[in-house]
Amino acid sequence: MVGRFRWAAMFPDEVWEHVFSFLTSDADRNAAALVCRNWNRIERRSRKRVFVGNCYSVAPTVAVRLFPEVRAAVIKGKPHFADFNLVPSDWGGGAEAWVEAMAEGWPNLEELRFKRMVVSDDCLDLIARSFKNFKVLSLVSCDGFSTSGLAAIAANCRNLRELNLRESEVEETCLNWISHFPESCTSLVALDIACLEGEVNASILERLISRCSNIMTLRLNHSVPLERLVGLLQRAPQLMDLGTGKFSARHNPQLFSRLESAIAGCKNLRNLSGFWEPGLTYLPAVYSICEGLTSLNLNYATIQNPELVKLISRCKNLRRLLVMDLIEDSGLVAVASSCKLLQELRVFPSDPYDAAEPVSLTEQGLVAVSAGCPMLHSVLYFCRQMTNAALLTVAKNRPNLTCFRLCIIEPRTPDYVTQEPLDTGFSAIVESCKDLRRLSVSGLLTDLVFKSIGASANYLEMLSIAFAGDGDMGLHYILSGCKNLRKLEIRDCPFGDKPLLQNASKLETMRSLWMSSCSVTLGACRQLARAMPRLNVEVINESGRGPLVAQPDNCPVEKLYIYRTIAGPRTDTPQCVWTI
Amino acid sequence: MSPPLEHDYIGLSELHSPAAVAVAVGAAEDGALNLKETELRLGLPGSELPDRNDLVGSLSLGLLPKPLVSGAKRGFSDAIDGAGKWRLAAVGGRSEVDAGKGGALFSPKGENCDGQLPALGNAGKGKDAVAKATEHERKAAGQVGIANGNERGVAPAAKAQVVGWPPIRNYRKNSMATNPPKNKEDADGKQGSACLYVKVSMDGAPYLRKVDLKMYKNYKEFSLALEEMFSGFTIGQCDSHGIPGLCDGLADSKLTDLLSGSEYALTYEDKDGDWMLVGDVPWEMFTDSCRRLRIMKGSDAIGLAPRAMEKCKNHN
Repeated sequence: MVGRFRWAAMFPDEVWEHVFSFLTSDADRNAAALVCRNWNRIERRSRKRVFVGNCYSVAPTVAVRLFPEVRAAVIKGKPHFADFNLVPSDWGGGAEAWVEAMAEGWPNLEELRFKRMVVSDDCLDLIARSFKNFKVLSLVSCDGFSTSGLAAIAANCRNLRELNLRESEVEETCLNWISHFPESCTSLVALDIACLEGEVNASILERLISRCSNIMTLRLNHSVPLERLVGLLQRAPQLMDLGTGKFSARHNPQLFSRLESAIAGCKNLRNLSGFWEPGLTYLPAVYSICEGLTSLNLNYATIQNPELVKLISRCKNLRRLLVMDLIEDSGLVAVASSCKLLQELRVFPSDPYDAAEPVSLTEQGLVAVSAGCPMLHSVLYFCRQMTNAALLTVAKNRPNLTCFRLCIIEPRTPDYVTQEPLDTGFSAIVESCKDLRRLSVSGLLTDLVFKSIGASANYLEMLSIAFAGDGDMGLHYILSGCKNLRKLEIRDCPFGDKPLLQNASKLETMRSLWMSSCSVTLGACRQLARAMPRLNVEVINESGRGPLVAQPDNCPVEKLYIYRTIAGPRTDTPQCVWTI
Repeated sequence: MSPPLEHDYIGLSELHSPAAVAVAVGAAEDGALNLKETELRLGLPGSELPDRNDLVGSLSLGLLPKPLVSGAKRGFSDAIDGAGKWRLAAVGGRSEVDAGKGGALFSPKGENCDGQLPALGNAGKGKDAVAKATEHERKAAGQVGIANGNERGVAPAAKAQVVGWPPIRNYRKNSMATNPPKNKEDADGKQGSACLYVKVSMDGAPYLRKVDLKMYKNYKEFSLALEEMFSGFTIGQCDSHGIPGLCDGLADSKLTDLLSGSEYALTYEDKDGDWMLVGDVPWEMFTDSCRRLRIMKGSDAIGLAPRAMEKCKNHN
């Protein structure tokens, strides 16, 4: 800084606002806001987009007051492990407080994106009535609402562009909610209703699509039969993103050729998903657009080889592939040779529990793709066996990995060839992939791997650990290393009080820490809560032992969720959750 | 054999002497178990593992595999699976409580569909796990490398479901339950999912519910659960079970009882998309073919009975 020269006074606020409008990333805007008080004031008063990674980190009314000009908000609620039933269903993440505050303070709100929040029909109703220019509603992995709430949105949001319900759980109370879109609604650009379990009236949908000439994304649910898909596609040949409904029907050559030409007519198709209950006869109908596809999501499609490989091998421009392990190693080898532009691969287990007839998907598939796809940077892979050698090869082949999530289905599985822990393999990954942002480890692992991760994973932001480690040192390595760690989630590891207390200040640099079925005691939580007033230390004990206040210090904690917050302890905790 | 030396070789300096003792125990047992493993592996058909003789050779060189080292910290050296395919919890062997917890995580897989962790046990459970596992490795003929995937408990026990593992979304579980992978041999296509959620709708009720069919063993349990869910749901009374038509081995007379006596009928949509009366087929067949349920007004259900019987005959 040059003496007392006041930068901010050089120009009027409006000029700075205009300058800041070129800062698109939140991080950049945050940085600008820290330069000086004036920039802080100007930046926050002109900020249009706000991202709240933890809905409890700030009080809604405070957020709304601080950023009065927000047009687009993203709010996330429950911890990630809620996806796997580890978080009690009444834990929290309710959207009411936010929606009420926003209705008051952001009447010009246009975009609202919730993830893992509990959104009630009342919330949806309030949203529908409060924001005159509401354009985008995205409810990802949410629950608590029904199709009645959707009807309210459909009926009242005159300029609705996007309605996205990805992977939400929606009660079916209003059977024909789609009919609530008025005839005057022509603004829809994206509609994702793939998660809906009930019937969707295809005729009404067809009429809606017909009048929304800008529709680009249409993801149907399983109830829409193949015959109706033809009609929809004929009315929306400009589609870029299609999620089919049910992808099978009785053998009917006429239907096949109609489908084939309808799909071929969608020359802009880039994303393809759906394929509910796929029948093999109709798969070739999509062949014509395969070459143009950049994203293919078959993760609910129970198609097996060779048809599966036949389909994917045609998609030479694929950037993103989600598929089930039915693809097997041989299929992944084919992917490695056909899809040279592949950037993201996710392989899901078709039979995660019993493996009665196990699929032939092993570490070989992963190695093949790592070798053949030079742009691969994001991997999610479920399999049943792994070796250190394979991981080392992957690390060597793909130092550009930014996301590596490996789930070996059986906990504590060692290298099946050497019977050793997979420490060396995962260590190689973190040492080689210097830009790794997200990592999930599995298999047999000792504290050694955490030593490597703590030391080498300098850009790691999210780490998931399950059934791993030997003792406190493991956690200590992570918390004392991993400079950029934001989210840490741990289950069933022998990590106890010491590393938490020793690294208490680290926890304030992170968004959140989840630990369940570890070795943490109540006493440590109490200590931590006392020492760190800007952390909420939530203890979740579902086994009904009686009020936590009365329990002794050595009482074991079942589940622990610690997050930084400026809002203080929350007021909506259910019975099983105590904020210490 | 001098395990502590191996430790220095690997360079773990955190070990204290009590742990080294544990290692010695672990090492001895592990070595013994590894040899057992070797014997077994040679016999497995279709094994993809490298010739175990090589491993025997390497064992004799004194190169102990790393798990031994980490085994030092385990309070459970005896809870190491004989097959060596997987190892039990690494629990810092600091206290009984901790050790117990660790063992509990690896109790023998039991028939447990609702995803509860096996109750916290003690070290004894761990030993049981070993005994059972050792016994089963002899029976294990599953695909090599599927670590413990096919090592089932004794006879009917399916895998115990650890809550939230593997980490797949509920949504996927439910979708897969109603949309299972079609196996190549359709005849013995198995539904691998441990839960089978189907929707239940009731005419006039404001919303749908979901039930997990695998939680019930027979029609009686099932109907009781439904009754609870839809209290106020009357199906009339016909026999001592209280649920007409919901017993195995239905006869025509029971159907007529149902239709004449009650207000509602419980129906389901089967794999072929047809709506049938619940209770016509044996329970297992019902859970296999049921896609969703509907409690419809009795008057609507009248046309169903004859078709249901015919279909049964066709299937047989």
